[in-house]
Amino acid sequence: MLRIRQTPITVFALLIGVFPLIAGRIAVIENYPDVMIFVGIYCLITIGLSLLMGYAGQISLGHAAFYGLGAYVSSILTTRYGINAWLGMGAAMTVTALVAFAVGAPSLKLKGHYLAMATLAFGIIVYIIFNEETAWTGGPDGMGGIPGLSLFGFEFDSVNRYYYLVWSIMLAVFCFTVNIIQSPAGRALRALHTSEAACGAMGVDVARLKVIVFVYSAVLASLAGSLYAHYMNFVNPSSFDINFAIKLLIMIALGGMHDIRGAVIGTFLISFLSLEWLHVFEDYESIVYGAILLVVTVFLPNGIAGLPTMAGRWLKHKSRG
Amino acid sequence: MQAPVDPILHVKQIMMTFGGLTALMDVGFNVPRGIIKAVIGPNGAGKTTLFNVITGYHRPTEGSVHFEGRQIQHLKTHRIARLGMSRTFQTVELFGNMTVLENVMVGRHHHLPGSLLSCGLKLPHVRRAEQHAREHAMAILEFIRLADKAFEPAHSLGLGEQKVLEIGRALATDPKMVCLDEPAGGLNETESGQLSELICAVKDRGITVLLVEHDMKVVMNISDEILVLNYGQKIAEGTPRQIQHHPKVVEAYLGGDADVA
Ligand SMILES: Nc1ncnc2c1ncn2[C@@H]1O[C@H](COP(=O)(O)OP(=O)(O)OP(=O)(O)O)[C@@H](O)[C@H]1O
Ligand SMILES: [Mg+2]
Repeated sequence: MLRIRQTPITVFALLIGVFPLIAGRIAVIENYPDVMIFVGIYCLITIGLSLLMGYAGQISLGHAAFYGLGAYVSSILTTRYGINAWLGMGAAMTVTALVAFAVGAPSLKLKGHYLAMATLAFGIIVYIIFNEETAWTGGPDGMGGIPGLSLFGFEFDSVNRYYYLVWSIMLAVFCFTVNIIQSPAGRALRALHTSEAACGAMGVDVARLKVIVFVYSAVLASLAGSLYAHYMNFVNPSSFDINFAIKLLIMIALGGMHDIRGAVIGTFLISFLSLEWLHVFEDYESIVYGAILLVVTVFLPNGIAGLPTMAGRWLKHKSRG
Repeated sequence: MQAPVDPILHVKQIMMTFGGLTALMDVGFNVPRGIIKAVIGPNGAGKTTLFNVITGYHRPTEGSVHFEGRQIQHLKTHRIARLGMSRTFQTVELFGNMTVLENVMVGRHHHLPGSLLSCGLKLPHVRRAEQHAREHAMAILEFIRLADKAFEPAHSLGLGEQKVLEIGRALATDPKMVCLDEPAGGLNETESGQLSELICAVKDRGITVLLVEHDMKVVMNISDEILVLNYGQKIAEGTPRQIQHHPKVVEAYLGGDADVA
């Protein structure tokens, strides 16, 4: 595995830090910090998903549902029970962890397509609950009046303030996850992707490790959902449907799911495409996504993050022949 | 053969069926501590199945397995590995896209702190343990003579080196006993000679070896005891000399691909 170096991460963090200052002065990208808030939120989900799918090799189509759980539990607790938003967020992560454990423990015993089907079914069920439990969720009309976030009297009430909040969390989670990848736990994860049988003979508790990573990635999605809800002050089920679950997959596939940095790159591209650049296509948007997925799976199996290796191999081949 | 004192492994009347097929029938034997014991038999005799039962990949239909006096046939693979029994696989099961060194380091897994929290925060004790594991793994690579390939991806190794690396990875778990499933399969004469030396060196480290092997030269040269399976049943057990001349063994191998004498 290529080591993930610290310098590029620091540079990236600095760029993120100065971006709103620059964007504010250029009219055409004035609204980009707002888009970037969603990029940061989605990154929280795709970072966990990349760990689960790219590194550990476990397919999940249920992460839109964990994202929704985070959003709805936070929203319900703060609006209906007046609970502090941070506490609500913590409660949402706890609830999501429990649900993820209950879903993951049996279904992670399944392999490949079956695991994908089980998590897909879970996602659909949760989506139906969001729509039907009108007393709690407001049904298809959604629920509003969700409070914003504040810390010690400091309100995250402007785009830039929320931007810095989201991206601080995102960068912390990114570094934490990079550390996991480059640790004994990460090594075992990558190993079980190739051979669960051999992992067992090495003393790795495969079943437990898979559940732990599944729960970790679900909790990140929940955190993302809560941040989304407290930013939008409104949620409705359509943000958490199967289309979104698939969009998450396209993000990590495009970036390259075997590399956590790829997940971030893919999230940037797909988010900007869907929030900014693809409006011209209107109803044909999903065709564009389909095309992207097709091109990536056929020509770029390791996504954008795999490009340097591919280019290197190509150059070697050229110089030889 | 006299009953050995303190066998490290005691296998008692194992029966293993898959649907209607009986792969193992009433197989029982002991492995004395510190020896090399070979399991031989024609293709499909049940050797790999026996390994799978011993190391927890299959739960036997009947019978029990005792490792260091403790019943283990109901335990999961990783629990058995942590008790001190590791294995290699007939079809190489390396972590191909990881480096040679990383492959061995996975073997150190249960000696390392592995909680997501301590790993994610890169706590000092994780870093120290990781450094220690790296040194330990390098020492094992020296032992199996693969140190110069430490940073190459495992899939780039030749078959002989891959088989050796699997043994190294198993050694990294600090086992008391290793089960090697056809380590010489597909190797040439020189390679299998080196492999025999390596297996003897493993034994000299005080590690008991249970060995499935078709290469009779390897088996006869290094084994202290041999167990012969045929159609899932034990047909003979004894020293290499006793086995070579055992009428049932000669019969079982007649027309087979291996040359017992
Ligand atoms: N998981 C399984 N399910 C069904 N049948 C199995 C299974 N594993 C092994 N068998 C059957 O059990 C019998 C013994 O197989 P096993 O692999 O143990 O033989 P072996 O002695 O290792 O042979 P070889 O020398 O070819 O490796 C075979 O008939 C095989 O088809
Ligand atoms: Mg076999």
